[in-house]
Amino acid sequence: MPVGPFGIDPLIWAPLRLVIAVGLALFLVLNGALLQIYLERKIQAIIQDRLGPYHVGPFGLLQTFADALKLISKEDVRAAATDGWFFVAAPALVFCPMLASWAVLPFAKDIVGTNLNIGLLYLTTLGSMTVLGIVIAGWASNNKYALVGGLRSAGQLISYEIPQILALVSVALVVGSLSMIDITRSQTGPFVNVLILPFSFLIYFIAALAETNRTPFDLPEAESELVAGWLTEYSGMRWGTMLALSEYGNVTVVCAIVTTLWFGGWQGPGVDAIPLLGVLWFTLKVYAFIVVMMWIRATLPRLRIDQLMSFCWKGLIPMALVNIVAVATLALAFPNTLVPIAIANWLLVVVFVAGIPFFQRRRLATLRARARASATPAVRAAS
Amino acid sequence: MPDYSLSYVYVFAFFVVGAIFVTLLLTLSRLVAPRKATKEKLRTYESGEEPTGQAWGRYPTHFYVFALLFVVFDVEVIFLFPWAVLFRSLGVAGLVEVIVFIGILVVGLYYAWKKDALNWY
Repeated sequence: MPVGPFGIDPLIWAPLRLVIAVGLALFLVLNGALLQIYLERKIQAIIQDRLGPYHVGPFGLLQTFADALKLISKEDVRAAATDGWFFVAAPALVFCPMLASWAVLPFAKDIVGTNLNIGLLYLTTLGSMTVLGIVIAGWASNNKYALVGGLRSAGQLISYEIPQILALVSVALVVGSLSMIDITRSQTGPFVNVLILPFSFLIYFIAALAETNRTPFDLPEAESELVAGWLTEYSGMRWGTMLALSEYGNVTVVCAIVTTLWFGGWQGPGVDAIPLLGVLWFTLKVYAFIVVMMWIRATLPRLRIDQLMSFCWKGLIPMALVNIVAVATLALAFPNTLVPIAIANWLLVVVFVAGIPFFQRRRLATLRARARASATPAVRAAS
Repeated sequence: MPDYSLSYVYVFAFFVVGAIFVTLLLTLSRLVAPRKATKEKLRTYESGEEPTGQAWGRYPTHFYVFALLFVVFDVEVIFLFPWAVLFRSLGVAGLVEVIVFIGILVVGLYYAWKKDALNWY
């Protein structure tokens, strides 16, 4: 009798694997909703020298459970002007692709929904499906704030998707496979991909912040100008599914992709002896990035839409293309070593980070010159 | 059943579970939550003002320009993925072809840049 992973018959293991993967995915998503909102509030509070939630349960840990119960028992108002079916379908359209992304992400050795040989392509496809749900939500609300939020979201998400996918291509170049399991396996030992491809990681992480509508790219939900953006007309549990589950779920998904592609996935000390330890390492790495995202939110102000668009099209996309060509050329020129690729990538990081203040100053000078040229003579004389 | 079609069954199962999960949550909320709709409650939210007209109107054309550029570059990326997997066996010829391919698109991006299509006023 053939013996599969963990000494279980492969015939039983095949459906069991699916159940485990779906269960872990749902657990991480629900965790995302409950734990991440708590973490977000607590970390913001610590950074801003406040206490944060602390009334419900020890250290306020039960606060988000109370919020979830409140959301379920809240009236679900659906304005008369909304476009019925699309308004109802939008939360599911945002939620399902997010959950389906977990099908290819390996939690530990052998604990993965399925080893799709086009894993990376599949993840990018699902990432672009989120846009559909958001645009449909914005349009179907028949609300001016929601429409502007939805359209901004469309412009932002489709723009930042390109550098995001270009960063993924460079990983595929180095590893030579699109399967998430092969990518994880290629990073045994201390030489994880981030040491070889730090620039791809930087581009992906910046673009992922925009893809998940996180600060400093949270224009679609800019509360000071658009109330709640595309979420304005949603209330009750429908709002809970849209924001708490899907948005935080998407954050978890991109952090899991970063972990798998650049930081060795589930690999860590002791996984060879106890395979289940992989789940712990994977989750810890994912939450480390989630905390970094929250830290960024507490630190950076929101961008303007013109800055957002030009940063993507004039900064990230050309640099990502340069990165791909450099990685491919060096990989062909030195087929046996990854050191030249690593050197080139670190150089690109230095150029990119050092270049931002330089270009910012030049852009400001151009804007000032334009403002001076269009000002009335009186203003020009005064300035 | 071949292994690769089985993996799509798994993917499909994830979608089904997602749909069921959302439906369950919304049904639970429907059973528990009160439903007392009034005319005022069902009005579109516009910061307390009387809503005038519908929201389904015209919107800035910037979005069209970026959507067109997106289509071009997204299709480019789809072509880059198979090359990225096979590029070691395609060798120098494959690399040169891809550089020409990227080059054409970079010329397009440069044109859009000079035409002021990437600026948002």
